[in-house]
Amino acid sequence: MKDNRKTATAPNQIIKRKGMSNAGALLLITISLFVLLYVISAILFADSNFAKYSVFFNLINNKAYLLMLALGVTVVLITGSIDISVGGVTGLVSMVIATMLAGSGISALWVIPVSLGIGIAFGIVQGFLVAYMEIQPFIVTLSGMFFARGMISVINPESVPITDQLFTSWSNAKMYIPFLYNVRGNGTLDVAYLTPAAIVAILILIALIIALKKTKFGRSLYAVGGNPQSALLMGVNVKRTKFMAHVLCGLLAGIGGLLFTLFAPSGNPGNGYGYEIDAISSSVIGGVMLNGGVGLPIGTFFGVLINSLIERVVPRLGIVDASWPRIITSAFLFVFIVLQSVFASAGKGGVKLRLPAWLRFSRRKDGHTQIESEQADRRSA
Amino acid sequence: MNTIQQEQKNPSLTMNGIGKSFPGVRALHDVDFYLRRGEIHALMGENGAGKSTLIKVLTGVFSMDTGSVRLDGDPLLIRSPQDAQRHGISTVYQEVNLCPNLTVAENLFLGWEPRKMGLIDWKQMNLKAAELLRELNISADPTAQLDSCSIAIQQMIAIARAVNTECSFLILDEPTSSLDADEVEQLFTLMRQLKDNGVGIIFITHFIEQVYEVCDRITVLRNGELVGEFEVEKLPRLALVTKMMGKEIDNLSELSVDTDESRFEGEIPIVEARNLTSDASKVAPFDLKMYAGEVVGFGGLLGSGRSELVRAIYGADKATQGQLLIKGKNVKIKNPLDAMKHGMAYLPEDRKVDGIFEDLSVRENIIIALQAKHGMFKRMSRKEMEKYADEYIALLNIKTSNIETPIKTLSGGNQQKVILARWLLTNPEFMILDEPTRGIDVGTKTEIQKLILKLAGEGKSVAFISSEMDEMLRTCSRMVVMRDRRKVRELTQGQLNQNTIMRTIAGGEEDNE
Amino acid sequence: MNNSIEEHASKPFIKRLLGHRLTFPLVVLLVVVIQNIITTPNFFDISIRNGFLSGYIPNILDEASELVIVTLGMTLVIAVSGGVDLSVGAVMAIAASFCGLMLNGAEYRTDVFHNPYGLALLVGLLGGGLCGAFNGFLVSRLKIQPMIATLILYTAGRSIAKQITHGQTIYIMNPVYKYLGVQIPGVPIRTTIIISVSIVILVVLLVRLTSLGLYVQSVGINNSASRLVGLNSRRVTFMAFVLCGVLAGAAGLVGSSSVGSVNSGELGLTIEMDAILAVALGGNNLFGGKFSIAGSVIGAYTIQAITTTLYAMNVRADQLNVFKAIIIIVIIVASSPVFKEKITRMTRTVFSRKVSLGGLSDERQ
Repeated sequence: MKDNRKTATAPNQIIKRKGMSNAGALLLITISLFVLLYVISAILFADSNFAKYSVFFNLINNKAYLLMLALGVTVVLITGSIDISVGGVTGLVSMVIATMLAGSGISALWVIPVSLGIGIAFGIVQGFLVAYMEIQPFIVTLSGMFFARGMISVINPESVPITDQLFTSWSNAKMYIPFLYNVRGNGTLDVAYLTPAAIVAILILIALIIALKKTKFGRSLYAVGGNPQSALLMGVNVKRTKFMAHVLCGLLAGIGGLLFTLFAPSGNPGNGYGYEIDAISSSVIGGVMLNGGVGLPIGTFFGVLINSLIERVVPRLGIVDASWPRIITSAFLFVFIVLQSVFASAGKGGVKLRLPAWLRFSRRKDGHTQIESEQADRRSA
Repeated sequence: MNTIQQEQKNPSLTMNGIGKSFPGVRALHDVDFYLRRGEIHALMGENGAGKSTLIKVLTGVFSMDTGSVRLDGDPLLIRSPQDAQRHGISTVYQEVNLCPNLTVAENLFLGWEPRKMGLIDWKQMNLKAAELLRELNISADPTAQLDSCSIAIQQMIAIARAVNTECSFLILDEPTSSLDADEVEQLFTLMRQLKDNGVGIIFITHFIEQVYEVCDRITVLRNGELVGEFEVEKLPRLALVTKMMGKEIDNLSELSVDTDESRFEGEIPIVEARNLTSDASKVAPFDLKMYAGEVVGFGGLLGSGRSELVRAIYGADKATQGQLLIKGKNVKIKNPLDAMKHGMAYLPEDRKVDGIFEDLSVRENIIIALQAKHGMFKRMSRKEMEKYADEYIALLNIKTSNIETPIKTLSGGNQQKVILARWLLTNPEFMILDEPTRGIDVGTKTEIQKLILKLAGEGKSVAFISSEMDEMLRTCSRMVVMRDRRKVRELTQGQLNQNTIMRTIAGGEEDNE
Repeated sequence: MNNSIEEHASKPFIKRLLGHRLTFPLVVLLVVVIQNIITTPNFFDISIRNGFLSGYIPNILDEASELVIVTLGMTLVIAVSGGVDLSVGAVMAIAASFCGLMLNGAEYRTDVFHNPYGLALLVGLLGGGLCGAFNGFLVSRLKIQPMIATLILYTAGRSIAKQITHGQTIYIMNPVYKYLGVQIPGVPIRTTIIISVSIVILVVLLVRLTSLGLYVQSVGINNSASRLVGLNSRRVTFMAFVLCGVLAGAAGLVGSSSVGSVNSGELGLTIEMDAILAVALGGNNLFGGKFSIAGSVIGAYTIQAITTTLYAMNVRADQLNVFKAIIIIVIIVASSPVFKEKITRMTRTVFSRKVSLGGLSDERQ
């Protein structure tokens, strides 16, 4: 969007403090929100456990798979595209794993390459259609979702439980963190732990944080999302970047499917249903802008934590209905979307708030106050 | 950076006999262009002159049909923008081609970021960026997000990026369009510094004053041909303007115009603007009176602000300052519909972007404005619409097989007539015609000019913007001259001749507001 | 597939036929019908059973009712904004929930109407309109992309709907309720067919008797030109979304009355995707601009016919999606500019004709 207005002289504008970008501001809001929610929960439900380490870590354990999906979606969103097939891919992967392990004697180790393969396949096809055929990503990944969900039924319309020994051992494994524990009422120790899934997820999170900040590919994602024409002129291979973003998202969706199956070892036809929404919500709440170019993986991580927390807290409020967590998360989603549009429509110079005249007061970069500068502007006109 | 070179008398980058055609259009014909290191060279020309085509040939976006390019005597073949860059030719476009969401430092170094152990070294990058900015006297924080900087600074950062890539020649395409006076000065300081460092700069612009302030040489193009290359010191403004606008070859009969302005004495103007302007237009606040039965021309170079001025009156850009009076009464025009209800009509400059609804039929394009005036629930009957469409097709001699054909299949001239028909149908009292004859054949041009006179004869008030002097001289009884986004003077009666108009546009002498 | 009507007198009839904008959807429908006839030889049989006209064709018409109604709204939204309304399914649930709440009061299963039937229907439609207004506000005022703006109701809508009916599926046992979705006693045609056809006619009248159709097209084709000719593009966009909401509401009422219950989790599930597909199949440009109600309606019936064919081939409901996915992709790819260009280039080299497009290859760099 072209905006030729000069930001330094536009009235009613608060120039951001040095160093704080849009991304930074949004991240701050996300983290604050999480901390706030957590503290409120801990206080409200003092009897219940929020102050315990194990509870906090379980937030991560329970949603390790969502972190993968959300990170994949984040990568794609940064380039200005979108992927709503991740939920379908999750379900498909879990059904395939379950079917594979159902009495055919295949070692559980094979599920790893298979999951990744399925995810990458989706990523490649969708990435090609979006980047090289220039088809709207929404339609492409919508079809991908349709396809995935349909294939689940084709493979097996019934639920398939997983009984494979090796697999279930991974599922139940816990890695305890010895120094983080609380003492329960009856004297036993409640030690925090991480599941293998959570560990994988965290490792991938760290890898992504580094990749997005410090590799050429990572920066090209942002460049393409910020202004594809400029990126092209600056020498970035825009099509390939978009393509690789989708492939990466597919890969992460495949991993997410694997982690999910570890969490709930069973191939159900309804698996993964709606997870794409959770992934997108987590990203948006985590500060990823839907228009592209802005967003940090660490923010998405907090978005996932918030999602996990809401799901944990809402039953405590006595609301048994499974639909409420969705509503609340959607409410947050709504707020953040509106917030983003406020940021975006600010003419890319900072947050533009319509304050009354007597409230308008801020320092410009050159030290003059806003009001002084306005008077100066009027004189020179 | 290149080693500092002596300013050479001989040009380093030469383009000879450049020709380029597209289907149906000869964009360039036998054009020469010479650029020396360490000079700032303006490239000027009105619409369709071929400036942008010449640059696109130089930077490898287009391939030339004829001609040759040489760098320091050696033939140069440029096949793509990346090629051009490799040979040291960098371009900075009017729309800042950087990524607004990345930091200043990142924009400077995207693609060649300093590395440490295979990963990007941000600390080094920020340090190097700070150094580069300091060298070029650009005040910006390397760690700041690009879009927190003003457009002027962003432009300079784009230039810094270009310069950082070993460039000997820099092309600046309309860099000052979005800048205010202070920012232009900042840019010029940077340009002068680059010039001192031996960079050859091509400065494409239509701001005359700026050319005289900072350039060494000017090359003027007209209708795809070279008019000439001149040293700025030796070319007076009037001569420049004359060369840019040229003499129109036409053998149309003289149409008489009553240029006696005193006939309006004592009358209330149909439209009066007082100290009017809009934020979006960046035009200096202006006063203007328009009377019934007169045609007022708006002269000035491309980019002088004529379109913006009339858009502020019509409400296409919301007026943010000043007053507008219709028939003596103060009115608030918040949007074009208000203007229409007060009897105004506006034929936009770019009919493709702002005028036609390409997939809609001729009939629909004609009746749309009138329908908007009626409102959604008072739909005109099909019969009524067809009647109007047929009427105006006959009146304006619009060539179309029938009224249901989509307008995009019509020729440019006929499309323009359809838009004229659209507005005539609303029976306005004040019409704004912005370049109504652009891209139209000579025969149709005359038709439209005759129509304009007829409208004035019927008591309408017409604002007529054109880049062809003769058109306006033949139809207007008064002319408003604009330069560099401000209204500088109104010319009447005896002043309405080519000479005086050119001189006023060129300026440099006395101006009365 | 946005061919314009070229009525040049000298153009041969065949070319005119091919260029007509309804040709594409009709051809697709024809193909599907032929498929149907092949797999089910008694396709055209119509009989009276249980007091209705029954047979494959009446079935298709009946089953497609909700989709047809929703597609009408989706057509307008796509035409005016170039974006899609994802929330239509959720809005169906919300509207039905409001209606059901008014009829059942707080009861979970009853055969007594707590409020007049007509009033409850009205409230349902209003609910749909409110949702449409919400979406319209986000898009026209806050300038949020339609897909993203409607994502909110898409996510939260069903949950909200469930809360309206106190967290449960409610059953409306009063037989009058089924008039809408099943049958008015004594009338051999299912009411859904009557309703959907009537709504199509109503919308067509609305679009043609007022200038709404013209305005929507103008705004969709050229937003800035619309402003300059005096149209309020914000208001037009807003209205399109409200209308879409009301239509989705109507579809929800029809859907819930055909089963006699309000199940927010199931009502209109995945209908948004089918609606978008229907609009595309109808020859409408997914980027906005000119639209054809007729095309969309044909597209909707086509999708239903496809579904019927697949069911007849023993494909399960959830497996259906695979086919739909492939069909969407094929259509979208075939109508994408990149693909068309590749084909043009291929046919050019194959026939090695000197086409006037030759000059363009220079500019394309």
